[in-house]
Amino acid sequence: MAKAVKKEPFIRLAKRDTMPTAKKVAVRLISILAALIVCGLLIFAITGLNPLEVYSTMISGAFGTKTRIWSTVKEMTMLACIAIGLAPAFKMRFWNIGAEGQVLIGGIVTAGCMIYLKALPPVALFAVMLVGSTLAGALWGLLPAVFKAKWNTNETLFTLMMNYVAIQLTSFFVAKWENPYGSNTVGIINQNSQEGWFPSVMGTRYFISVVLVLLLAVLMFVYLKYTKHGYEISVVGESENTARYAGISVGWVVIRTMLLSGALCGMAGFMAVAGASHTISTSTAGGRGFTAIIVAWLAKFDSATMLLISLLLAFLQSGAGEIASKCKLNSYASEMITGIILFFILGSEFFINFKLILRGKKEKEG
Amino acid sequence: MGEAVISLRNVSKSFGEVLANDNVSMDIYKGEILSLLGENGSGKTTLMNMLSGIYYPDHGEIKVNGNVVNIREPKDAFACGIGMVHQHFKLVDVFTAAENVVVGIKQKGHFDLREVAHGIREICDRYGFVMDPDKKVYDMSVSEKQTLEIIKVIYRGADILILDEPTAVLTPQETDRLFNVIRNMKKDGKTVVIITHKLHEVLSISDRVAILRKGAYIDAVPTKDATEESLTEMMVGEKVELNIERPEVKDKKLRLKVEHLSCYNADGVQVLDDVSFDAYGGEILGIAGVSGNGQKELLESVAGLQNTMPGAKISYYAPDDSGEHELIGLTPRKIRELGVHLSFVPEDRLGMGLVGSMGMSENMMLKDYSEGHSIFTDNRKPRELAEQILKDLKVVTPGISTPVRRLSGGNVQKVLVGREIAASPAVLMTAYAVRGLDINTSYTIYRLLNEQKSKGVAVMYVGEDLDVLMELCDRILVLCGGKVSGILDGRSARKEEIGRLMTTYGGRKEKG
Repeated sequence: MAKAVKKEPFIRLAKRDTMPTAKKVAVRLISILAALIVCGLLIFAITGLNPLEVYSTMISGAFGTKTRIWSTVKEMTMLACIAIGLAPAFKMRFWNIGAEGQVLIGGIVTAGCMIYLKALPPVALFAVMLVGSTLAGALWGLLPAVFKAKWNTNETLFTLMMNYVAIQLTSFFVAKWENPYGSNTVGIINQNSQEGWFPSVMGTRYFISVVLVLLLAVLMFVYLKYTKHGYEISVVGESENTARYAGISVGWVVIRTMLLSGALCGMAGFMAVAGASHTISTSTAGGRGFTAIIVAWLAKFDSATMLLISLLLAFLQSGAGEIASKCKLNSYASEMITGIILFFILGSEFFINFKLILRGKKEKEG
Repeated sequence: MGEAVISLRNVSKSFGEVLANDNVSMDIYKGEILSLLGENGSGKTTLMNMLSGIYYPDHGEIKVNGNVVNIREPKDAFACGIGMVHQHFKLVDVFTAAENVVVGIKQKGHFDLREVAHGIREICDRYGFVMDPDKKVYDMSVSEKQTLEIIKVIYRGADILILDEPTAVLTPQETDRLFNVIRNMKKDGKTVVIITHKLHEVLSISDRVAILRKGAYIDAVPTKDATEESLTEMMVGEKVELNIERPEVKDKKLRLKVEHLSCYNADGVQVLDDVSFDAYGGEILGIAGVSGNGQKELLESVAGLQNTMPGAKISYYAPDDSGEHELIGLTPRKIRELGVHLSFVPEDRLGMGLVGSMGMSENMMLKDYSEGHSIFTDNRKPRELAEQILKDLKVVTPGISTPVRRLSGGNVQKVLVGREIAASPAVLMTAYAVRGLDINTSYTIYRLLNEQKSKGVAVMYVGEDLDVLMELCDRILVLCGGKVSGILDGRSARKEEIGRLMTTYGGRKEKG
């Protein structure tokens, strides 16, 4: 009996019901602030630099000049475009880890068009690249979807492995299109003639990408929220049994949605190649296909939130690059900062869903 | 009455905004059989989970044999001599009975399973159980699994046993056997708490009844002073008419003819074996059987959700005599497009009948959202229907766009039944329509089913409570092992006979 006479547990978890939206936003903002403070302490402890200075360097790195602003915006549009593409798949609970590959395939087709079809009039070339890259991405997404629908294969592994196939294909085409010979890169395609490059509008080549992504964001919002397709995606994502009960053909919805998801990721590859780098390499996707998964989930597939989170991540990346060179920290330091901030943002979700109760009945709010 | 082995003082527990137990103070006396009675959601299980170390109270104290204890985990509960058998069994399928009994016990060296088996046999002899210590759990029936759970807690030295809804999964005969065992335990000096909401069982087994309502402790009364009516009144808080209506069948018309229906489940096990029966418009056909004997597959076959074996026929006769449709091989959407008005309230309400993350309004269009040519969903009609159901069935929800997952079980069922009835069905199939519902909501559901019956709808009611089946249904089809073991007249059927058919194969009777 004596064994059972123990003390009350020191800390206990209790599930929250719901939190008012204002409070949720506050918790998230506090988490970012806390992350910045922790980063600051860490920077000071390791390097002895003034954290405020480091942060102001980050801001000037991301937004200091017009070029820097556009470069940050470019990064944001890429991330947002992929996240928008992933949103319908993840909303359907189809774990599309294959955005990286879908982006690369879209990029390969775009680069191919720029190389072989440069004789076409600019508008026609633009259209061919757009259609070709989206089709290629769609096909890359279709394969795992068909296997999932017909034989219920594991889409996580399937899409993940498709990435490696895409990377190998990219290597092959890089070798094929090598320029100059022996450099093992494709180089800037059509450097002088600029065929297939996005034209400058409003003084920047990134303008068209921005408009395209904003348009996609609005369309995706409407698609998921107000259309029958969007309704079907929600039902399938919630429960396949409910979908079958409702008479929804689950296999077809999976295939259709992955076609769309792959197509948008392919389009991101198009923007990366024709709209930004004007070259293709195995790092054209550069891990954005994975980062975009975080964007989509954090935003709970809401378009506006996806844009905001993409902006935050793009800012962190540009700013981190700047402190790496200015403050003589290497790029690992900047990746650490990004990591710490993401950790805090994700961690804040825990405090939104649970509360901690300390011994002595004091309830601690997150 | 003896001394209190367990005393609860001002115990409270909340989950988010839901107060599951509100300042409960009660005593459990040594050597008694106590029924803990209350409607679903009244906090019975939560309260007992705090005694067994699953939950930790927010406030209040627990005394065992007069000493204040902090029960932080199940191990602490065992140290106090408290053992609980949960409604959902916690056994390892691939282990034998003996292995399951010792799993989780910390002990130096290795277990001598022969000794454990010996211990199990001793317990069986003492209380009248039957259990083979070497039998694997996956070979056991539900009732055997329950027996094993009880043996497990006794083996670990529990003197106070808590049984959570022990009879929910048992046939009448198995229930009688369990009650004999419980009486033997009492003779042996053990204390038994039974969580239940079945009144006649409370009256037949317990010494005392403690009643909870909406998380609060109401009172405890000696069973000999209680009646079904008085207990219900304490449980619900008001007088409730406990009679289920059964209007006479009029204008009985063949609506559904099922012939030679067989099917296999995903694991390749045959779950329906040559099932044939008729369902008539204007009557309620009850379907009885131990849970998992093909009820689910039977309804899903009719709804077009189940692959059936060749040779089966399900013929639907339209109420306007416009002809006959074969439903085998059709998808749910095809069935609807043929103009077959089939409504189905499945067992898994949030996993099949509704989308938990959506509000009432969006759930209303689950089956007909695709009508019309627009690419957009029509949100106006579902919203109106949701408002209508909210009003007619008195659904308690913060609003029609609140995710239905956040509603209580009874309100979830009202939303689902409301939608299915609003589709003006010709056939209405319900699986465990009142499972987990409070008494008032249950009676609302019975009333709605009777309304449909008098409108000429063929109602099929899969149920688990035999008393309700016998009061509500015009005919009762009994399933056993996927076979029809009998079809009885609901007005003359006896409970023992249904119970016998639930556990015996064959013995097919003439359809009546």
